[in-house]
Amino acid sequence: MQTLRRTPLYDRHVALGARLVPFAGWEMPVQYEGVIPEHIAVRTDAGVFDVSHMGELEVEGPTARELLQSTLSNDVDRLDPGDAQYTLLTTETGGIVDDLIVYRLDGHRYLLVVNASNREAAFRWLRERELRGSDVRDVSDDYALLAVQGPRALERIGVAPGKPFTWEMGELGGVEVMINRTGYTGEEGVELACMEDEAGALWDSIIAAGVTPCGLGARDTLRLEMCYPLHGNDIGPQWDAISSGLGWACALDTEFTGAERLRAIKAEGPAEKLVPLRMTDRAIPRQGMPVEGGGEVTSGTHSPMLDVGIALGYLPSERATVGTSVTIDVRGKPRGAQVVRKPFYTREEKS
Amino acid sequence: MAAGESYPDDLSYHPEHDWARLEGDEAVLGVTWYAQDSLGELVHYEPPDEGTSVAKDESYGEVESVKAVSDLISPLSGEVLEVNQKVVDAPETVNEDPYGEGWLIRIRMTNPAEREQLLDAAAYRKLLEEA
Repeated sequence: MQTLRRTPLYDRHVALGARLVPFAGWEMPVQYEGVIPEHIAVRTDAGVFDVSHMGELEVEGPTARELLQSTLSNDVDRLDPGDAQYTLLTTETGGIVDDLIVYRLDGHRYLLVVNASNREAAFRWLRERELRGSDVRDVSDDYALLAVQGPRALERIGVAPGKPFTWEMGELGGVEVMINRTGYTGEEGVELACMEDEAGALWDSIIAAGVTPCGLGARDTLRLEMCYPLHGNDIGPQWDAISSGLGWACALDTEFTGAERLRAIKAEGPAEKLVPLRMTDRAIPRQGMPVEGGGEVTSGTHSPMLDVGIALGYLPSERATVGTSVTIDVRGKPRGAQVVRKPFYTREEKS
Repeated sequence: MAAGESYPDDLSYHPEHDWARLEGDEAVLGVTWYAQDSLGELVHYEPPDEGTSVAKDESYGEVESVKAVSDLISPLSGEVLEVNQKVVDAPETVNEDPYGEGWLIRIRMTNPAEREQLLDAAAYRKLLEEA
């Protein structure tokens, strides 16, 4: 029996009546009031997620840049201190060890925020490739991470708007925070990193500002409406980054693990592609459901905003084009779906 | 709005959290407050076809929330006379009114003696307390 880890906010989740579930070795809130009201809070106002289970790795030293440029798919050289970038840790075959955000802290120091389930794998991967003059440390236990997301998120917590994929230091509720202009919901917002022992004070100040506590359930429906892939579901070592639709996060003019293979796949065209599928019949697609004629659903749910079943899944490339109709095997029943454009959900323009 | 917890005394219950309202040789079936609360807001109801048979202790359909799928277990055997189309169109009706507007199917019992095996409200409440 594995002992589940708890974030510094565990007692607060319990006090708020959260339903707690095991996730990547952690006991995490999946919902408080309910997935749908929490989802709607983030789309229309503001929500806060405890994502302290995510891993933080620090890479430091005169060769830190070189190490990251040779292991991460995106171009680290585009980052000045204060910048952030979505990137992939890739295998020799172009598969994905993890997808992560790299923050350039200063000249020779970078912070990598990795998936909870890949924290050890990503750390080991980088440690094994460490260069003379680069030091990789797992600093996950030092930090808590709170995502505050939604059209009114910044206004509620008193943070001025900023440029996406940048970070700055600031103070919120008397707590020193790293304010990251990133997120996983498609809404405006920030991800706030603070010292582990100050997470309670930061959380309390955000809740006091009228931000709705949200669980991993809403985090999943929100990211799926945006077609953001989830590592372990939609992306992983078994699929190359081009097939997974993440060629945009691969600087193929740089040299990194798997770059050569990815250039070849891009030139030949991948055999299958990850695409958004929207149900045309009434049904909810789920992970693992086969698609008639080849392919498989890798994530699926009911979209609270569109009130329809939505999924991400791999299809043979010749059928992975917008408008193609497919049939998904929903526990033995054939149900129609259509390949659509990303994302499923776009906010109506503010009037 | 979700309903408050209740287990009406005039219903018969199945341990898989389904209820039956007996009306002569017919019965109306649904899921209990506990079932809908465990699942969360329902977003899909996959009903059986009218005219098909359902068997006691076996699945006759499915309900789904955002996160989970649950089989609907029939407390009684019978023939499906009617499906509640309101729940097909608005599955959250089950959360709002699990014993009223949120009923799922109406059947004609084919083995009315099966009712003797169901739980009364007190026994079902006891089962929940022990779970």
